[in-house]
Amino acid sequence: MNQAAPAPKENMGNPVPRIDARLKVTGQAGYPADLATANVAYGVLATSTIAKGSISALRLERARAVPGVLDIVSVGDMDEVDKPEFGNTGASSIAPLHDKTIFHDGQIIALVVAETFEAAAEAAMLIRADYAQETPSASFDSRGTRIEPAAGKSPMYKENLKAGDFDAAYAAAAVKIDQKYSTPTQHHNPIELFSTTAWWQGDQLTVHEPSQNVTGWKTELARQLKIDPANVRIVSPYIGGAFGSKGPMTARTAIVAVAARRVGRPVRCVVSRLQAYDTQTYRAETRHRIRIGANRDGRITAFGHEGWEVTSRLDPYVVGGTSATSRMYNYGSVLTRVSLVHADRNTPGYMRSPPETPYVYALENAMDEMAVELGMDPVEFRRINEPEKEPIGGKPFSSRSLIKCYDQAAEAFGWSKREAAVGSMRDGDWLVGMGCATAIYPTAAAPCAARVRLTDDGHVRVQSGSHEIGTGVRTVAGQMAAERLGVDIDKVSVEMGDSTLPPAPVSGGSISTASVCSAVLKACDAIREKLFAAAVGEGGPLAGSGKAKLEMEKEAVVTDSGKSARLSDVFNAMQIGALEEYAEFAPKGSSPEALKKLYAGQAEFHGGDQDEDSVKYAYGAELVEVRINSYTREIRVPRIVGAFAAGRIMNTRTARSQLMGGMIWGIGQALHEATEIDQRHARYVNRDLQDYLVPVNADIKQLEVILVPEVDHAVNPAGVKGLGELGNVGTAAAVASAVYHATGRRIRDLPIRIEDLIV
Amino acid sequence: MRPFAYERPTNVSAAVAAASHFTDARVPPTQANAQFIAGGTNMADYMKLGVAQPERLLDLNGLAEPALRQIRISDDTIRFGALVRMGEAADRAEIKRRCPLLAESLKLAASGQIRNMASLAGNVLQRTRCEYFRETSWPCNKREPGSGCAALEGLNRQHAVLGTSDTCIATYHGDFAQALIALDAVIEAEGRKGLRRIPFAKLHHLPGDTPNIETDLAADEVIVAIDVPIRAWSHRSRFLKIRDRESYAFALASAAVALDMDGDKVRQARIALGGVATVPWRARAAEEALHGKVLDRDAAEAAAEIAFAEAKPREHNAFKVPLGKRTLVRALLETRDMKVPS
Repeated sequence: MNQAAPAPKENMGNPVPRIDARLKVTGQAGYPADLATANVAYGVLATSTIAKGSISALRLERARAVPGVLDIVSVGDMDEVDKPEFGNTGASSIAPLHDKTIFHDGQIIALVVAETFEAAAEAAMLIRADYAQETPSASFDSRGTRIEPAAGKSPMYKENLKAGDFDAAYAAAAVKIDQKYSTPTQHHNPIELFSTTAWWQGDQLTVHEPSQNVTGWKTELARQLKIDPANVRIVSPYIGGAFGSKGPMTARTAIVAVAARRVGRPVRCVVSRLQAYDTQTYRAETRHRIRIGANRDGRITAFGHEGWEVTSRLDPYVVGGTSATSRMYNYGSVLTRVSLVHADRNTPGYMRSPPETPYVYALENAMDEMAVELGMDPVEFRRINEPEKEPIGGKPFSSRSLIKCYDQAAEAFGWSKREAAVGSMRDGDWLVGMGCATAIYPTAAAPCAARVRLTDDGHVRVQSGSHEIGTGVRTVAGQMAAERLGVDIDKVSVEMGDSTLPPAPVSGGSISTASVCSAVLKACDAIREKLFAAAVGEGGPLAGSGKAKLEMEKEAVVTDSGKSARLSDVFNAMQIGALEEYAEFAPKGSSPEALKKLYAGQAEFHGGDQDEDSVKYAYGAELVEVRINSYTREIRVPRIVGAFAAGRIMNTRTARSQLMGGMIWGIGQALHEATEIDQRHARYVNRDLQDYLVPVNADIKQLEVILVPEVDHAVNPAGVKGLGELGNVGTAAAVASAVYHATGRRIRDLPIRIEDLIV
Repeated sequence: MRPFAYERPTNVSAAVAAASHFTDARVPPTQANAQFIAGGTNMADYMKLGVAQPERLLDLNGLAEPALRQIRISDDTIRFGALVRMGEAADRAEIKRRCPLLAESLKLAASGQIRNMASLAGNVLQRTRCEYFRETSWPCNKREPGSGCAALEGLNRQHAVLGTSDTCIATYHGDFAQALIALDAVIEAEGRKGLRRIPFAKLHHLPGDTPNIETDLAADEVIVAIDVPIRAWSHRSRFLKIRDRESYAFALASAAVALDMDGDKVRQARIALGGVATVPWRARAAEEALHGKVLDRDAAEAAAEIAFAEAKPREHNAFKVPLGKRTLVRALLETRDMKVPS
């Protein structure tokens, strides 16, 4: 076992290498824009250079004159189809080519289609728009924003949660803090660029596009184009990074489909890095006010969390992470409130750990401040406030291994060597600081269908319209089938990312492993049942062993007394060549329509804070060491340890990889990532990876992921808690706490940069 | 992306002749119809963004003269051929030993991949990375003379505090140039009027009222070599680069320092500052303040004060003044403490 393939502990699966690893590293994996398409024409977007106003004239003559230009789809050309809608499937209700209003900078004003990419790009640059300009509102501090309470504006945020009498408890608290925190705009920047390739064969539309929700998109695209969803196919076999950005469909998809119909041939539009900042979603900037009151012994008596979030003029996208923060510790009383600030911006959207990342950052930075106020070790402070039941509804936790995570992380990190006094640790010219924070992510699952086929030679084919966004879901679904059907993983093929497959929910909210594996498990169990019945039945190869306990191993049905029958013999007894089962899984508590909605691309989430019996979360503890040059003040993170418990770990390799990626992202959020906005014009300024910094290899030195064993049968049949979005929650707060420990400077606004420490 | 002609001249005089033929002496070289390209790491980027729209590229990689690809090291000079790649120069053991500043300034720049592509001459001519320059929908006096400067009152965290004007505050981002200007390097360029030697300190022009005129070179002049004198200060020299992340990032502030010490006193100091100025920046007054002085922290801090006395910070880059000073102080003291073979 090497570091990348940790030895499985209790309730953990083997570190099976990704079944598509070789394809990916040799360039054989077909990403949507790579898929061969005959006679394809190229589309390039032209986008607005103002954030608010309207188009008074669009001058296309010079663009049309570029040799090779076939068509230009612009304002007015989408009248025949319906507008996009905002919701779980649609990114925004801003309908760029339906009218002349400009709602944000970089709004699509035309799509140029040409014989070559170069011609389309040149023509797109030559499009000139005359605008009737208005002064835009860029963000929180701009004039002209509209502020409204978030509660009830989105199904994702129904109410402001509360418990007890916060005002009285906070007023009476012996020790208290009242502080403000903020997180900046961030963009996903997946390395695979956004793209749409669309073509028509008669009334059949095929779309290749990286998508986290092929079934949802099929339905939504059909609605916009006013055609039967059965005539739409979305194909997305591999996705080169998504992080939420490829969850909701954007306006571009229908525009490219319309263009393909107009030119009568396939059209491929690959969006530039620059244009992706405005034509896709992003993580909105947030502000927080946190109040914590506690007794002198460290017991929290009052917790208040108020959040403000930027969104577009039209759409009420809510981050609303108070559900997790208000259930984190044993608070006594809780007050929460979330407000939306509508500005002249594109509509934000889901970005890895959408609500938890910004909200838990604020909570955990505040927890560290409170520990300082109390003169307590910050790990000890969390231990003291460990809850038996969650404070809002008084429900138990299905499982909660947070303290175990802290114990194991602290042991590996050497937390006991931390000297409590600020600025007391030093290594030559470098100030040393150590900080900690809690990671949390709700454990949910959604209805999912899968088809599993077993042939007598031991080959297994698993099909489910889920999405390989880099998490390894293809591999763990294959592992589940291999284990249940007793075959080697090498004999399992897994098909995903196609709307013609059995539907799976959106690959968001860290639900895929739980949902897909539960469906695969159900299909495999149905196959086992048939095989077992045939094996021990009359004329079966194990006839007479009816009372034996049966299992599948090494392509055979085996009994607990050691008898076995090869698969081919069982198949012969059944007189069949292949056994195929189609299974539908619906989580406990699903509505009667939940499965019907699955086929329409609507995922009904269960778990997290939604269930009656218990709340369901995965937890982790992250400890970091920072070093800050005592003179020039650059900040580095030489060491980070994270310990996480997430129920059944299907594959220790892919689990570690996801958590590691999350922690690295968290370091980036702490120190680097920010989309800068020109406040005068409401325009993003650093729209490329030169100026939008993320950590590089040299920034990450020692990183350790500890998988803490945990068993939780209540969450779902597979016993799995999603961990794809767990690793980057809390990290930034741990870094901020370590920076405070090293320097005595409490930085509350991310990212933490050299200028925060030098002036 | 606009169609363009691509030509691959086979020797320097053919390259100069082609450039002379296709350029107009009245048009500033940055806007000339024909542009030279070597590694292409800057030009190709800007062509894709529409910032540069040359009608013709003259690819210098086909030039036959062997000296263009050679590094020649004599007792008193390191001579770099213009087409030597950054990575090759950075890895040369003799350069690391005899003039660490040169090697370090190259090694800390860009990424391994870019260093393997980019030529030394192209590197010193790289254009600013100002966000407003890079994106054609903003006004920019450097890209479109007279259109205005969006950075003055916009996002200017990465912008210059030294050598700025009312029309442009774009930073010169290169690292190697700081070593060259500190070490009194000389550029050799061949043009229509023949070969000439240009002190590196005279190569780059302050933005003034014409930020689109960036260097002393004519559009048809090709850099053929860079000469770096080896002097008493060359051994004791280093490059300190402070940046947001550990690698692959431009300097927020950098200092190129070379010292000739007489015991604990400074006989000669050479100082250049990067990440903070509009052009490669030699801090001569700071050097003079150190001459004959014992180099302790106080002396270093006094020199740093002088180096930044004229700094003009703006909304988001004010931190560069204290950071630039501290970077210089740290570089001076670290260079003083270097173990140098006698």
